[in-house]
Amino acid sequence: MNSKSEVIALSSLAAGECCWVAAIEIHGLLRRRILDMGMVPGTTVECIRRSPSGDPIAYKVRDSIIALRHDDASNIKVFTSNN
Amino acid sequence: MVFSTETQQRVLREHFGIASAANQLIIALAGNPNVGKSTVFNALTGLRQHTGNWPGKTVDNAQGTFTYQEQSFLLVDLPGTYSILAHTVEEQVARDFICFGRPDVTLVVLDATCLERNLNLALQIMEITPNVVVCVNLMDEARKKNIRVNIKALEKELGVPVVATAARNSEGLDELLSVLYQFANGKLKPCPKRIDYSPEVEAAVETILPKIQRLIDHKLDPRWVTLRLLDGDQGFIESISLHLELNPLQTHKEAAV
Repeated sequence: MNSKSEVIALSSLAAGECCWVAAIEIHGLLRRRILDMGMVPGTTVECIRRSPSGDPIAYKVRDSIIALRHDDASNIKVFTSNN
Repeated sequence: MVFSTETQQRVLREHFGIASAANQLIIALAGNPNVGKSTVFNALTGLRQHTGNWPGKTVDNAQGTFTYQEQSFLLVDLPGTYSILAHTVEEQVARDFICFGRPDVTLVVLDATCLERNLNLALQIMEITPNVVVCVNLMDEARKKNIRVNIKALEKELGVPVVATAARNSEGLDELLSVLYQFANGKLKPCPKRIDYSPEVEAAVETILPKIQRLIDHKLDPRWVTLRLLDGDQGFIESISLHLELNPLQTHKEAAV
């Protein structure tokens, strides 16, 4: 992984920004569902758009778009590149 | 496999509310939501359908019949799910039918426009049973989006037959029927790719596997059962005790040793 990468919460991504999943700090049912959607460590995720209130947020994962609650997205840690 | 036709028919009738004829081959239809599963179902069965609920569940169940080369088939439409690791009632229904209903073939319908996400379900099902045929549907949509799917490569990679279709235009359905027929008659032999886990998980599987093998006695894929037990899937243990005549406590205890 890029040494300049920093780990942030997925929820703090602005629309149009890309990242890679570092860790999914969610447990139980939702974790399984997120994994089943193809969001696993290393997966590229792009923030597509944020709803007016900032919740939920739409992300593009493996050619499909999924919406996540802000709270849940904040528990997914991602790498972003600075360059 | 070890089940006689009568036993299978009885299990289908009593546990899943499905009445099949003796020489009828059972095909389970699985897939993610919105992949055109129902279009494939309708295209194959036409109006010869029967709808209702799965026994004891508020989940729709559709069954239909069709005949190809004088062979009668019963097609069972499973609920659309992203996974069969059973967290919702729909996933449980789909998993239990594939595990305990013992269909002759499970036809997994995939969306050609987002294959990667869809393959998750196909791989999960291939862990339960080798009797899988993959149908890559919505090929017309994929063409519109300039997505090309290399069917031969996919087939080689998965180790099971793969057919490309655009069910709403009846494209590829003849080939699908022919593959299902050949598969059900043992003319196509699947050899599904096995998914290997991390060394820690594989070591744990190796420890437990012989004990599970003894208990399960080929009624289910012992490796898959082992993986579910390692996953701590309590719901699955309950399903085993419901559908197979094993003692779940014994299974659990032995697994924990």
